[in-house]
Amino acid sequence: MDIYKLIEWVVKIGIVFLIFMHALAYIVLLERRLLGFIQMRLGPNRVGPFGLLQPLADGIKFFFKEEIIPRDADRTLYIIAPVVALVPALTTIAVIPFGDTVNLFGRQIELSITRVDISMLVILALTSMGVYGIVLAGWSSNNKYSLMGGLRSSAQMISYELSLSLAIVGVVIFSGSLDLVQIAKEQMGTWGGIIPKWNIFTQPIGFTLFLISVIAETNRVPFDLPEAETELVAGFHTEYSSMKFAIFFIAEYANMVTASAMATLLFLGGWHGPYVEKFPLLGPVYFTMKILFFLVLYIWLRGTLPRFRYDQLMKFGWKFMIPVALANVVLVAALALFLY
Amino acid sequence: MMEQAFFLILATLAVGAALSVIIQRSPLYSAFSLIGVFACLAGTYIMLKAQFLGAIQMIVYAGAIMVLFVFVIMLLNIRKEETALDKYRYLWLLSIPFAATLIVEVLYTILKVTSDFTSLPEMAKRPEVGDSQSIGYGLYTGYLMPFELTSILILLAIVGSVILARREKD
Repeated sequence: MDIYKLIEWVVKIGIVFLIFMHALAYIVLLERRLLGFIQMRLGPNRVGPFGLLQPLADGIKFFFKEEIIPRDADRTLYIIAPVVALVPALTTIAVIPFGDTVNLFGRQIELSITRVDISMLVILALTSMGVYGIVLAGWSSNNKYSLMGGLRSSAQMISYELSLSLAIVGVVIFSGSLDLVQIAKEQMGTWGGIIPKWNIFTQPIGFTLFLISVIAETNRVPFDLPEAETELVAGFHTEYSSMKFAIFFIAEYANMVTASAMATLLFLGGWHGPYVEKFPLLGPVYFTMKILFFLVLYIWLRGTLPRFRYDQLMKFGWKFMIPVALANVVLVAALALFLY
Repeated sequence: MMEQAFFLILATLAVGAALSVIIQRSPLYSAFSLIGVFACLAGTYIMLKAQFLGAIQMIVYAGAIMVLFVFVIMLLNIRKEETALDKYRYLWLLSIPFAATLIVEVLYTILKVTSDFTSLPEMAKRPEVGDSQSIGYGLYTGYLMPFELTSILILLAIVGSVILARREKD
């Protein structure tokens, strides 16, 4: 194998991993500060300038906390569970493209760790593995609140995965590809020089469905039933402490980033923006900005909306989301048939 | 070389996980071993350049069907296999003819395929057989009838389950 290719891969994985992990830590800070702003308080602002060293302090604190494993817990599964939650959450970043091919150091470098022609499906496959972490944690803790959290989570994930996939089908029909790079490239250019050719304008229903389902898939407010603290103490991670709890936390935020990246690539044109054809290195900048938009939206929702009741959640998923998503697929397929 | 190493790793893991499915006393451990088997199979598919099948294997089997299995196990909260199962020990005898049939079938297929490579279907010899385009093309041309029949079968199963669930309620 080409030795330069190998070096390129290692460097790309290293850079992406470092940025990703740091970003996760700072999203938590962003969330706490923004929530503070929404709730008219300050939020953490004592560690470092503007509280910028807070993530570091949090990390150190997590490492030094006492680790407790309940006596009647299933030890093996209890320890494996956080790993099962984290690994798929971090692996998905490998197939996400954050820019076009650029010319660096005399080499053509693709701005993604790896490119597969079915990257969309790879992400879906990996994210569907993430639920097992939560389910295992809930079951192995031997605690009824944890078990309820795990059960709710698995039911919720199956229900909303359907509408999520159906919303994606619409985009796939329009782009004719399961490759995220190809899907993003299809959204290049503008209509009349003003409106960008993003899928959000051609498929507003699909976008809305996708956004709602993806928030449910990542267990965030208003769909954070698996850890509803007013009724389940802390849900599936009630018994977890120290770094094991932190791993669940990281996994949740990694899933949020993946979901935002997917929304960006599928509906907001990925890395496309003004002048990106001339300067391909602008791509990752636009991409990050769009992801940030979705992350702020997540936090904004958390500060604004109350939680669903469990039966409302199920009814909404099965009796509203899935029928609308099916109708959307039929509509998009018909449009695609007549337009192309 | 690389491929063989990966295949050996995946195959060993798959067989180990498959053994674990039947050996484990706790149903939840069995279910998770089965997920391991599916994951290893998906890896094998990807190595055979059938990425689409691999991804679908993960999404449908490991991701959706096994979640339902795990869900039911957790809902019933079965910690260990009931000892009442010992009553059904005679089933053990049944397993011998079944296993023998399966082994003979597999051996027959292996011998047939390795002795006469040309007997493989035309589709299987093309390198791009595993990508989504050729699978979609195949499903809507040569295999249209089985494909549509399967979808009707699934629809029947859905309607049937809804009716059964309704009857329980009354």
